Amino acid sequence: MGSDALFGDMVAARIAAVVFLALIAPSGALAQVELAGSWIPRAFEDVPNGGIPVDYTALPLNDEARIRALSYSEAQLAMIERQCEGWPQFYLVEGPFGLKIWSDTEPAKGAVVSWTIGAWEDRAPLVIWMDGRPHPPAHAEHTRGGFTTGRWEGNTLVARTTHMKAGFLRKNGPPNSDLTTMTTRFFRHGDLLTVLMVVEDPIYLAEPYVLSKTYQLDATPLLAVGPPCVTAYEGQEPGAGVPHFLPEKNPFIDELTTLLHIPREAVLGEVRTLYPEYRKEMKDRYIAPPPCTRNCGRVPTR
Amino acid sequence: MIGPRTAAAALLAAALIASPARPQAQAAAKVSAPIDLTGYWVSFVTEDWRYRMVTPPRGDYRNVPVTREALRVLNAWNPAADQAAGEACKSYGAAGLMRVPGRFRITWQDDTTLRVDSDAGMQTRLLRFASSPAGRPERTWQGTSAARWDARSLTVVTTNMRAGYLRKNGVPYSEHATMTEYFDVAPHPSGGQLLVVTAVVVDPQYLELPYITSANFKKEPDGSRWDPMPCSATW
Repeated sequence: MGSDALFGDMVAARIAAVVFLALIAPSGALAQVELAGSWIPRAFEDVPNGGIPVDYTALPLNDEARIRALSYSEAQLAMIERQCEGWPQFYLVEGPFGLKIWSDTEPAKGAVVSWTIGAWEDRAPLVIWMDGRPHPPAHAEHTRGGFTTGRWEGNTLVARTTHMKAGFLRKNGPPNSDLTTMTTRFFRHGDLLTVLMVVEDPIYLAEPYVLSKTYQLDATPLLAVGPPCVTAYEGQEPGAGVPHFLPEKNPFIDELTTLLHIPREAVLGEVRTLYPEYRKEMKDRYIAPPPCTRNCGRVPTR
Repeated sequence: MIGPRTAAAALLAAALIASPARPQAQAAAKVSAPIDLTGYWVSFVTEDWRYRMVTPPRGDYRNVPVTREALRVLNAWNPAADQAAGEACKSYGAAGLMRVPGRFRITWQDDTTLRVDSDAGMQTRLLRFASSPAGRPERTWQGTSAARWDARSLTVVTTNMRAGYLRKNGVPYSEHATMTEYFDVAPHPSGGQLLVVTAVVVDPQYLELPYITSANFKKEPDGSRWDPMPCSATW
């Protein structure tokens, strides 16, 4: 056997080995995609920040959540001790900001230990641990950022967050409990990143709350941290109590109905209002609102 | 000199590495499907409720990056005139259909064509993995859709649409619009599956920027809630 033949056999053996390893390797190990970068939001769907005090449309709330939401006053945000309270992690999809994503690696082999989505002023960073560490025990401390582990399913990063503090599903008061968990999937398609988020809460949600939002990779770097939250006097005197409404006396309960003729059960986030049957149910009683005359959309440039 | 075993190994590697997304493999799209999209899917509206579940007020185009020309069109929206002119399906065209609340039945029409039927508006989309016939077909509400598998996702590019509405209240897209969609699936925590369809609509006439949305669906066990309703311009 000559040296060429020997060389050929070695090449064949190596190719076969590569193919064999490719076949037996876990799909997640082969199929990871790069997520690092600055992703700007493509906010062409409503940003559910609660511009109207009582607008719980599109939320699957239960009765207890509705009562708590109706008792909420946004004036609470002016209280010194609540100004820097921050929002739960699902605000990263609900909020108007972009995502700054990076990975941290261990030094010996370069394996990804964690992915991090940078913080904003009012949201903690989301650290997604990829090194197989377990979630803390159920009664471990809950933090604003929670605890998140991740894994790859093909090209999709799947992250599961637990141990968040109680907070709000939206800025206008629908609550979430500290038993809330969040499963987030990151689907990358070229320079687009679609984030699918499933929020589960056995206390306040009638069914899982599902959100999705798409971001676009951008060359302009986003900051990895938001500005520091600084408290200031915003009109609420210390010791003046917690601004609130009695649930049955919330003065804003009919604002959206008056403005856009949306039925009250939809305004209050009844779960049946999310499904097509409800559209049929409404058909004969819905009266079209008057034409939009202001704040109808951004002014075109061309 | 490379021996026959080397060549055989290289061929084997090439065959295995060839992605299902490669054009030559799309002919077996049904067999090579990396995800199962078939079945009944119901939309559940957890975003843009006021723009999807009810007909928004005339002139409300919030969050849609329209041009001035589009503004003129949407402010002149007249649903009764659309209905009378036989144009009731304008808001059920491909660029708007997946955001209309309803149910979608996805089946394989043949080995290379995924068929998407909607009960709302009773529309049919054909997502073709094989090349379309030569020549430019007539424009339709659902246009011509070219599909391919990309890893564990379905990518669909739709062209040749009739002009229609992105929203029920007459926010327009033109016949020059193209749409790229990405279909991704995930497990639902209560069992079953979720489907998220990310859509990018590009329209040089009526949009200043690509209009990007994502609609969410849940898989249903059967078609017992399938309820076909014809197009309506007024509701």
